[in-house]
Amino acid sequence: MHWLGRPFNERSTQLFLLVLVLAVTLVTVLHLAVSPQHPLYVSGYTVGLLGKYLCFALLAVAVDLVWGYLGILSLGHGAFFALGGYAMGMYLMRQVGDRGTYGDPVLPDFMVFMNWESLPWYWHGFDMAWFAFLMVFLAPGALALVFGYLAFRSRVTGVYLSIITQAMTFALMLAFFRNEMGFGGNNGLTDFYDILGFDLRSNATGLGLFIASGIALAFGYLLCRSIVASKLGRVCVASRDAEARTRFLGYRVERVQLFVFVVSAMLAGLAGALYVPQVGIINPSEFEPLFSIEIVVWVALGGRATLYGAVIGAILVNYAKTIFTGVMPDAWLFALGGLFVISTVLLPKGIAGVLAHRFRRREASNTTKTEVPA
Amino acid sequence: MRIPCTFLGHARWHAAMTRIVSLGLLCLLIAIPVAATAQDDVDNGQALLEALDVRSFQDKAEAINAIIESEDERANDWLQALLDGDLQRHKDDGRFVIVTDNVGREWPVIDALSGDDLGEMSRRDLARININNALRRQLRSALSMVELYTGDRDERREAAKGLIGKVDDELSDSLASRLENESDEDVRHRLNQALAVYRLEQGDIDAVETLAGSLNSDVRVALTRAADGEGAVADAAQAALADIEQTLKLNRGAETLYFGLSMGSVLVLAAIGLAITFGVMGVINMAHGELIMLGAYSSWMMQQLLPGYPGIAVLLSIPVGFLVSALVGVVIERSVIQHLKGRPLETLLATFGVSLILQQLVRTVVSPLNRSVTTPEWMSGSVAINDALSLTLNRLYVMGFAVLVFAALILVMHRTRLGLEVRAVTQNRAMARSMGIRATRVDIMTFALGSGVAGLAGVALAQLTNVGPNLGQSYIIDSFMVVVFGGVGNLWGTLVAGLSLGIINQVLEPWAGAVLAKIMVLVFIILFIQKRPRGLFPQKGRAAEG
Repeated sequence: MHWLGRPFNERSTQLFLLVLVLAVTLVTVLHLAVSPQHPLYVSGYTVGLLGKYLCFALLAVAVDLVWGYLGILSLGHGAFFALGGYAMGMYLMRQVGDRGTYGDPVLPDFMVFMNWESLPWYWHGFDMAWFAFLMVFLAPGALALVFGYLAFRSRVTGVYLSIITQAMTFALMLAFFRNEMGFGGNNGLTDFYDILGFDLRSNATGLGLFIASGIALAFGYLLCRSIVASKLGRVCVASRDAEARTRFLGYRVERVQLFVFVVSAMLAGLAGALYVPQVGIINPSEFEPLFSIEIVVWVALGGRATLYGAVIGAILVNYAKTIFTGVMPDAWLFALGGLFVISTVLLPKGIAGVLAHRFRRREASNTTKTEVPA
Repeated sequence: MRIPCTFLGHARWHAAMTRIVSLGLLCLLIAIPVAATAQDDVDNGQALLEALDVRSFQDKAEAINAIIESEDERANDWLQALLDGDLQRHKDDGRFVIVTDNVGREWPVIDALSGDDLGEMSRRDLARININNALRRQLRSALSMVELYTGDRDERREAAKGLIGKVDDELSDSLASRLENESDEDVRHRLNQALAVYRLEQGDIDAVETLAGSLNSDVRVALTRAADGEGAVADAAQAALADIEQTLKLNRGAETLYFGLSMGSVLVLAAIGLAITFGVMGVINMAHGELIMLGAYSSWMMQQLLPGYPGIAVLLSIPVGFLVSALVGVVIERSVIQHLKGRPLETLLATFGVSLILQQLVRTVVSPLNRSVTTPEWMSGSVAINDALSLTLNRLYVMGFAVLVFAALILVMHRTRLGLEVRAVTQNRAMARSMGIRATRVDIMTFALGSGVAGLAGVALAQLTNVGPNLGQSYIIDSFMVVVFGGVGNLWGTLVAGLSLGIINQVLEPWAGAVLAKIMVLVFIILFIQKRPRGLFPQKGRAAEG
């Protein structure tokens, strides 16, 4: 695992991990050790909200890996996120057991409602946690593998690729909306009770999931960072900037693209799996093209090809969304639309770009200052 | 419900009824002793109607026959009113009235006997003369017979069609005699069929020959009944049925093709503007769907501005929709897209933002609810090709409109200076510029043109579906699929792709369902792109690079 440890030497990674650990610890302490009357107390609701942001941040990191370093604008990462979420949702659904409205020990409520006799084959195994957690990675990974293999092999790139990824998530959305698919149709999967034996409605479980999301984000970030910093990452960037030239140099670009695409899809699936128990529902709306394209804007606003920028963007935009939809829901689409335009036209390098620029200028002025007396 | 309140007292009616009666068609039952001798017409009619107002349906049937036999000139109106439930009796003075409009509590009525306008009566003072299904059948055949003798050509046609499967012993004779005097070929054909169905029921094998090839559903019912059994008649009927099935299949195929072409032409309209901007500028305009929506809303606005003239409003909304969308398109190009030259992915994101803003703008300014545009009279209705196939007119108009728009675009692209410059910039931007073409101006013009065409698509769509803020969103992915499938920068490719996707969708729909058909089409295109990444008709040569 030496390659996974290499990013620890980078300053940006150290800083990022430090901030992440501090933030998670701070929230934990404020939630556990401060009395609920105290103004600094972080409620269980807020912990759940922050956990959700962390999942989105992980999703943004996954998108940044393919868009920022591989140059593939995926407008379908919401599909991988949702597939991971559905895998988790199926596990949680099976955990409900006979506590559902209809009290069937095996069949989820919606299947009883539709008069299904037995569990469809693809629902088998999801009563076992290890299997479900494996599927969280395998389901989106397999989709990405097949889709990516077909796309990269025939060198579909640029806008074409973006459009067909969008078509993919749109097709999946339509499919999951169908009741016959056996995933609860319009309503999706909801009314969960517990995960691994812990009550999902208790604050302690919420905090646990929040911490787990933090760990997952750290892991995802480290993984992406180590890929990017490796030789493989160099080939990624090369193929992003000059795909044909990289190919002529003898690199199998499509294999690199496929590998990174699948890793990214799995990370998105992990994010979805952690997201579902925290919000308590998964339905086909996560497959909506709008959601997938929103993720891209988090990354664009935060700054492409920096990874930490994606995290900043995801958290900022979602915080703004929470505020806006609470105060003036009608204005949110204006704000989001404006964000799209501003982040592409005015902030081509995103917030991370602005930060880096500032940082570099200060460093430059520092060096000139030190140089002057010399 | 309105009924014709002209009291048709015609010589034709008399002649018709005389013939019917003389043939003994309807005098099968004992005539009710009505005051036939009464000199006063009103009294006579009163008595005829009195006989209807009895409890027993059997007696009512006899009363109806009595009315027919009476040769009273008002009989047609009475029977029609009776069938429609509009023949009513005033509870207090026992007067018979015909309700001309049964909406609300106060109903306008006319006197059933004199035809005088009696103003309005409260529904509570009136009692309807009830009929049952057997009587309804009897009334319908009687009325069809009357129509057959007195109606104009279209009425006779409908009457003959209505009689198919309803002919019984008594009717058959009078129909046969009617057939001799009928001059219209179509009516004769229908009458022949009606008689043949009757003869088929009697076991006449020759009748099958007359019925073969008919698409009428009543004929098919009769044949199916005859085919269920053994013997020569059943065999013949089975053969005829198989034949008809074959024809029906063809008809269904034609219908699917029609719907497919209609859907395809909508797709072409929606996608062709996109094909132009994408082809020329390499720019993905995600706000294209919203430009379509704006076109649809301009159509709606025109109707709000010109209430009562839906036809003129539709015609005017064509240029208005074009201009509105073109203008908005130019604003988008100048404010956003020109700053993102050479960064197609960022353009995609920025224009998506614009689309969100436009959607929300319409939601805030107009309404989040769907609006509907009234179809002008000359565009509604349908054209009946045969008994099993009829084509809706508004779809036909949209198809024609799509063809016109496409032809106009081809002309613009190949016969004008602008088209020449657009094609030059599409092929090689740098070279075109060095030849003195102002590429920026071409960009603006192209964008205006593409956006305007999107507006036209919206105007057409407003005639087919409801107009709402989400209208554009549902077409954007489809439009992209069409462009990508057809090959970028190729108008003919867009046409072929749009039409074929429309047809594929309609062919799949019956056996897969609408949603699954759509999914299958999407998957098909995703797979197709793997095989031919540049679409059906890729650009060739140097233009293909970059």
